[in-house]
Amino acid sequence: MSESLITFASVSKFYGEVLGINKVNLSIPPGITSLVGPNGSGKTTLMNLMTGLIRPTQGEIRVLGIAPEHPEQLCRIIGYCAQFDAFPKGLTGRQFIYWFLRIHGMSPAECDQRTEAALEKVGMTEAANRHVAAYSKGMRQRIKLAQAIAHDPQVLVLDEPLNGLDPMARAETIALFQEWGAKGRYVLVSSHILHEVDRISDQVILLSHGYVVAEGQIQGVRNEVKEQPMQILVRCDHPHVLAARLFEQDHVVEAKISTDRKGLLLRTTDADSFYLLLNRVVLDSGLEVESVAPADDDVNSVYQYLIGGEGGTV
Amino acid sequence: MKGMWLRQILSVLRLELKKTALSKRGWWVYILALMPVVLTLLHWLFELRRSHGHHSLGDDSVVFAGIFLFFYLRGAIFFGCMGIFSNLFRGEMLEKTLHYYYLTPMRRELLVAGKYLSGLSVAMVVFVGSTAASFLMIGRHFGAAWTDYLVHGPGLGQLGSYMLVAALACVGYGAVFLMCGLLFKNPMIPAAVVFVWENLNPFLPTLLKKISVIFYLKSLCPVEVPVPPPFSVMVIDADPTPAWIAVPGLLAVSAIVLVYAAICARQSEISYGE
Ligand SMILES: Nc1ncnc2c1ncn2[C@@H]1O[C@H](COP(=O)(O)OP(=O)(O)O)[C@@H](O)[C@H]1O
Ligand SMILES: [Mg+2]
Repeated sequence: MSESLITFASVSKFYGEVLGINKVNLSIPPGITSLVGPNGSGKTTLMNLMTGLIRPTQGEIRVLGIAPEHPEQLCRIIGYCAQFDAFPKGLTGRQFIYWFLRIHGMSPAECDQRTEAALEKVGMTEAANRHVAAYSKGMRQRIKLAQAIAHDPQVLVLDEPLNGLDPMARAETIALFQEWGAKGRYVLVSSHILHEVDRISDQVILLSHGYVVAEGQIQGVRNEVKEQPMQILVRCDHPHVLAARLFEQDHVVEAKISTDRKGLLLRTTDADSFYLLLNRVVLDSGLEVESVAPADDDVNSVYQYLIGGEGGTV
Repeated sequence: MKGMWLRQILSVLRLELKKTALSKRGWWVYILALMPVVLTLLHWLFELRRSHGHHSLGDDSVVFAGIFLFFYLRGAIFFGCMGIFSNLFRGEMLEKTLHYYYLTPMRRELLVAGKYLSGLSVAMVVFVGSTAASFLMIGRHFGAAWTDYLVHGPGLGQLGSYMLVAALACVGYGAVFLMCGLLFKNPMIPAAVVFVWENLNPFLPTLLKKISVIFYLKSLCPVEVPVPPPFSVMVIDADPTPAWIAVPGLLAVSAIVLVYAAICARQSEISYGE
């Protein structure tokens, strides 16, 4: 077991009969890692397991060599901004952070100093004396973030941290992740929207229905997908003519005509042959092609392909 | 390392007390504790109006023994502790706030200890205070005779015993209900089981009697309450337990329960439901 990685070895979690995650194997190096998948894909389950809030049904987890069953060690090096949106009753934002640090066992003076630093970092100093109960969604998100970073942990785990933030706060929060990642620390960010996090991530983990479907550097994930059938979108005046010719080809797995009858989305295992064929069809039948674009170029469509696609371009 | 433990426990204790003071949820516990005080206060005022008393000071001390056994031990302290202690963990599960503690680098055993101490300090102030107040009030109307009973007679000794028993009751029931709140989704069911068990105690064989809280408490009460006739035949008399066994016995039962609760807390998961 490595002391410098976060590892999952064949980890499964079942909630009674319901699958949370299944047979997950991961090795997460330092930097920003994003965990992407639609709602119910197991992101929160994975994060709760990693932070020791729940226990795996099977398998083993180590966070820099520490087992999550030992909160007294783990919670010193890990900070978790959970999705739970409830706060101890009656506390102000400042008290929320302050008491969290006191329970860590720090001296009152140190707690004060760290509380102020954390509040400052997330821009909550002004509102710190108000009760958390009176905070907006965005403010609650930020005070939770302050709690996660207050003890300066080596590993930062953030469950959908950008939810409910305005564009300004979003940019600031992303800057915070990047600062953290640049220090050689571990930042895990979950999201159900890939393009929200793909630009800032050093690596991505795609989850679907409790399984890890792709993992690695964003480029790697793209290439992995390239070996799969590729999606190409053709905008033209008579897509059905093209479609009829395509079905004669072995390499075309699927072709769909868009509802406006001006586009054709197809999946092929051999893009080069497709382009050759397309040229021939244009010459033979005088097809007016408006655009040809590989739909996979955008990681979002890769993701939608992997996840089984809600929406899509057609 | 030891200093760290203590700091963590004290922090939990202080935060819990702060939350208790701010919360409106447990109001009925205070009402429960106030009831006998109000009752004995009315008794005093009522007796003052009467030209001559119909009962003796001894009567009042037996009446108090009855109030203490039936109202305090079997009622107010039992249910009060249920309200206070079973919510220490269950309440935070329902409010979805327990992860706040579970994400701190604190041994769960210490969290159990800190929460238990916070519940205990509230329960003790409320119920030991209430016991003392109503005891001092019940004979008030005898005036100088009552003062004499307290100072020169067995009064102060009895008061001390009642306060000790009330405190021990909080220790014992506190431990039991803290565990119920950790183990069960709905602590009402185990609470009902405990209630029946505790009330069956006089009729149980000697060995089983000892696995309870009320058994130790009863043998520490200074004044015996006579058992009414239909039940008296069914009561199995265990040898009266001397205080030097009863007190450690109760503390031991509580400690076992608390250790078990700590083990459960270590394995417990955050599960707020969907
Ligand atoms: N406490 C729970 N009890 C039962 N099922 C749960 C619980 N938490 C999550 N699940 C189930 O586990 C699956 C994964 O959920 P979750 O990890 O919350 O996904 P995500 O965070 O990606 O939306 C879902 O099917 C969800 O219904
Ligand atoms: Mg989630």
